[in-house]
Amino acid sequence: MTTREKILQATLNNQPAASALPDISVFKGEDKDLVQKYMTVFKTIGGNCFLVDDVAGIQSLITQNYDATRRIVTTVAELSDKFELISNEADPHSYENIEVAIIKAHFSVAENGAVWLTEEVMGQRIIPYICQHLAVIVQADTIVPTLHEAYEKIGAGEYGFGAFIGGPSKTADIEQALVLGAHGPLTMTVFIMK
Amino acid sequence: MSQTKTKDHAAMARAFIKDEERVDWHDGALWYIREKRDLAAKQIPEWEQLRETASMIKNNVISNLHDYLLQFEANLTKNGVVVHWADSAEEHNEIVYSILKAKEINQMVKSKSMLTEECHLNEYLEERGIEVINSDLGEYIQQIDQEPPSHIVLPCIHKRKEEIGELFHEHLGTEKGLSDPTLLTRVARKHLRNIFLTRRGALTGVNFAVAETGEYVVCTNEGNADMGAHLSEVQIASMGLEKIIPQKKHLGIFLRLLARSATGQPITIYSSHYKKPRKGQEMHLILVDAGRTRQLGRPDFRDSLKCIKCGGCMNTCPVYRKSGGLSYQNTISGPIGAILAPNLDMKKHADLPYASTLCGSCSNVCPVKINIHEQLYKWRQEIVKEGYAPTTKTLGMKTMAWTLSSPEKLSTAGKAGRWFLHNVPFVVNNKLNPWYRQRDMPEGPKESFAEWFTKNSVKK
Ligand code: SF4
Repeated sequence: MTTREKILQATLNNQPAASALPDISVFKGEDKDLVQKYMTVFKTIGGNCFLVDDVAGIQSLITQNYDATRRIVTTVAELSDKFELISNEADPHSYENIEVAIIKAHFSVAENGAVWLTEEVMGQRIIPYICQHLAVIVQADTIVPTLHEAYEKIGAGEYGFGAFIGGPSKTADIEQALVLGAHGPLTMTVFIMK
Repeated sequence: MSQTKTKDHAAMARAFIKDEERVDWHDGALWYIREKRDLAAKQIPEWEQLRETASMIKNNVISNLHDYLLQFEANLTKNGVVVHWADSAEEHNEIVYSILKAKEINQMVKSKSMLTEECHLNEYLEERGIEVINSDLGEYIQQIDQEPPSHIVLPCIHKRKEEIGELFHEHLGTEKGLSDPTLLTRVARKHLRNIFLTRRGALTGVNFAVAETGEYVVCTNEGNADMGAHLSEVQIASMGLEKIIPQKKHLGIFLRLLARSATGQPITIYSSHYKKPRKGQEMHLILVDAGRTRQLGRPDFRDSLKCIKCGGCMNTCPVYRKSGGLSYQNTISGPIGAILAPNLDMKKHADLPYASTLCGSCSNVCPVKINIHEQLYKWRQEIVKEGYAPTTKTLGMKTMAWTLSSPEKLSTAGKAGRWFLHNVPFVVNNKLNPWYRQRDMPEGPKESFAEWFTKNSVKK
């Protein structure tokens, strides 16, 4: 018997009588004041949040708030004349020195502040983790109340990698003192486009 | 870091409580997290319904694990992930070693994984010339101090910042006396960034594995799992069989519960869904049994396999808070550790089910509603039946009876008296506890326990 067969056999022998899956369709968030709720939650988890009208607004906020002499990358085509476009062919290590990454989320979740990103919008999987500062654009009308609506929206999802990201990286491992900027970005900013 | 057991939990705990200042701090820090959990839970009106649903989903997983494993395996394979099966810790370690060896990798970076701690993977690989670095800050600190983690979510919660500063001074060359958490974190960030950038092999744990799609989810706050994985040529994920969930939409339930139960956060910063390898990358997943199917076959204890490792039961446990995770001498400490460990080695861990007041606080906070305290009680019976009962335990009960029977002894008991004041309300208010029938406890410590006890014993 291979290990696989042995484990499967033991599982079959030892598992209890069938127990039904519960219906989870009852869980629904309230579809109200989502932009406001999102902004409040995101700020409490250590993020920055701006309401903007268009891409031009984002561009000027980026240049005002970050060191524009450093390397700033993006997957957003409309920002490509100002910032470097991320190549999905490059070696991920080559993004080691990026200061800011600007990417567009599929949507965000009001209840927990997280944005949903797949590798397609990240450009490369490493981008939202390796940058010093992460900037994410969210379309206001795509914000969902809770994770239940989020997974409904994602559906099967044809991605190789996807992630909810809810704030700058953090740790409290040393005496429970909160420190923003553990291994990932030091800050995270969300631009909500009206 | 292999944990040999020369003393039992009580003896280890005695050593820990000698440092009163540290115990008070430890106790307070964990209770603070418990309070944050309560606040987060209160904000979700359907919290209890979520817990009930999570528990039902996990019951379903346990009852249908065989088919879910097959489905998960088929989907992983379809996604281009290589699947391995390991019956034991040794087999798991051999698999990891063979994957790395085939690629001539001799340095690996690892994110938090209690399973690989349980398997003593680091030691195994190091003996074979492969260096492993733990990248979660708390685990990194524990590694350089050559200690196992003392808490599944907060690995070095028992350490003070000055001690960590001393370790950094010794291992990372920081200035002597530096103990500021932000500065220490920055130093570790810089050091570990270089590790991430130079390691070709990365291993992560798994929080949830979706049978329906073959993807697995890894949750971190630091971003270390992703830094390692996305810069690696070979990515390995190790998971216990019980981490399966049926469908992707069930993640909505579990992710709403996990971080709130763990630290009071609305969600962990990163909830990464790994499905397919990156172009040019190899992805492996190891399904590990190591006693899990045996636990599945124990009707009284199989529920322990529902655990999502939030650490909530530890933060609330009066015994854990006062004795520290290392006193359990098992990778998973606290109440959940005390019901998992006897399955692995009943004789060695016979002391752990006694490291509890059976107050039930653990079961009350558990997001998947494991009846932890009832299982602790059942393990005690099992252990006595098998003849492994530690003699000190019967003595322990007698001491408690003796202390409670005499108010003078109690009021002069100093530390012990304070310990009771802080903990006793739970002790009594529980069917399983022999004290329950005769005595009931006041709400808050408006009067000292000794005063209360005197008054009440007189009445009776
Ligand atoms: S037993 Fe429950 S409370 Fe304890 S770690 Fe597991 S899921 Fe969390």
